[in-house]
Amino acid sequence: MSFVAEPVARAIEELNKLPGIGPKSAQRLTYHLLRGSDEEAKALTEAILALKEKIRLCSVCFNITDRDHCLICQDKERDHSKICVVEKPSDILPLERTGRYKGVYHVLHGSISPAQGIGAEELKVKELLSRCQDGSVTEVIVATNPNVEGETTAMYLRRAVQPLGIRVSRLARGLPFGAELEYADDVTLGQALDQRQQF
Amino acid sequence: MGIPRNYQTQAIVIKQSKFGEIDKILTFYTPELGKLRAVAKGICRPGSKLGGNVEPLTYSLMMLARGRNLDIVTQSQTMDGFLVLKSDLELMAYGLYILELIDSFTMENNVNRPLFDLLLDALHWLSQTNNNNEIVLRYFELHLLQHLGYRPELYRCVKCNLPLKPVVNFFSSSQGGMLCPHCSQKEYLPCPLSVDALKILRLWQNCDYVTARRVKVESKLSLELEQLLQEYIGYLLQRRPKSITWLEELKKMP
Repeated sequence: MSFVAEPVARAIEELNKLPGIGPKSAQRLTYHLLRGSDEEAKALTEAILALKEKIRLCSVCFNITDRDHCLICQDKERDHSKICVVEKPSDILPLERTGRYKGVYHVLHGSISPAQGIGAEELKVKELLSRCQDGSVTEVIVATNPNVEGETTAMYLRRAVQPLGIRVSRLARGLPFGAELEYADDVTLGQALDQRQQF
Repeated sequence: MGIPRNYQTQAIVIKQSKFGEIDKILTFYTPELGKLRAVAKGICRPGSKLGGNVEPLTYSLMMLARGRNLDIVTQSQTMDGFLVLKSDLELMAYGLYILELIDSFTMENNVNRPLFDLLLDALHWLSQTNNNNEIVLRYFELHLLQHLGYRPELYRCVKCNLPLKPVVNFFSSSQGGMLCPHCSQKEYLPCPLSVDALKILRLWQNCDYVTARRVKVESKLSLELEQLLQEYIGYLLQRRPKSITWLEELKKMP
């Protein structure tokens, strides 16, 4: 792109690396930033830099945070005897949005994937087990994804946690709201039947 | 006559990989078309029609549409979801190991009908109760090699071509067969194989699974067979299958 000024070309190239942003969108964003005020550009730069400089993992649950204990782990109002295990930090957001869960979390940072050579040792499983051993935990809710890797992880956790005398539960699987029975797949529909509840 | 725009095939899903935000690329094995890759659009959205029908370890009937590069999965109906395998930690690990072997040993669009039948049978055998799963894996490995053209020579020495005597002989991965004690001396690190292990391998190579499962294999012999076949497979692939690490991790669990 010799016909574009070097800083512009560089900005386009960097933006292009972001997920879901192609060359055209990168160009549009770059020219948008150019037209905008200095303050706007500065705010964006600082926000991006702060992400890398200040963010680290919570020493208890391994959620991303900017302090030693994340906001959820610090909250005294929450029920610390229940731990909800998720694969990645972004899985906490939808669970929090439901407003139904008042316990704490544990982020594994991945799921067991034999085909990629990822076993339990590559995840934060050991840390979860040591959290479970202090005697205050009564329930571990496994909220890994309902696919082959997530299911393997869930079964592994059940085998590791249950001997400690802690109840292990799994998110129910069934029909999403707004779905139609005719188009449901057999596995989901079968599990929705098995796990049906009194109405 | 041109190729039809839409086509239908049976398929066993081998693996999925992420493609963009909500799409995935599926790899699956089919009886008439061999290994294929195709895009499953919108599959990461909850409520996707494809959803549970295209998870790995699923035997489905798929409708596909020709795409520019990769074909697109338009519909899929599960014929067998192998739910028994998916609800047991060990069985799932065995199933994923079988899928990894199929994936590593096959090329796209290379038709091999007997291999598809073997894969489907092996997953059914694993789902049945009262089966020795180690035998299922060994029988699968042995016949997989056979269907791919790597059938190990178990009756004659691959160097001097003399029939093997009932003593401890040696297996050579690079030669793809047995060596007599005399010829093995010049070989680099040959793998010793007991008389009993060789007998079992010969039987399994030539019999059907129903006969194969009747064999009583004690644990020491089972380990010997496992090590031999994995050594040979590792040599052919030039690497160790990744899911073996997970199988070993599971064995160590209390």
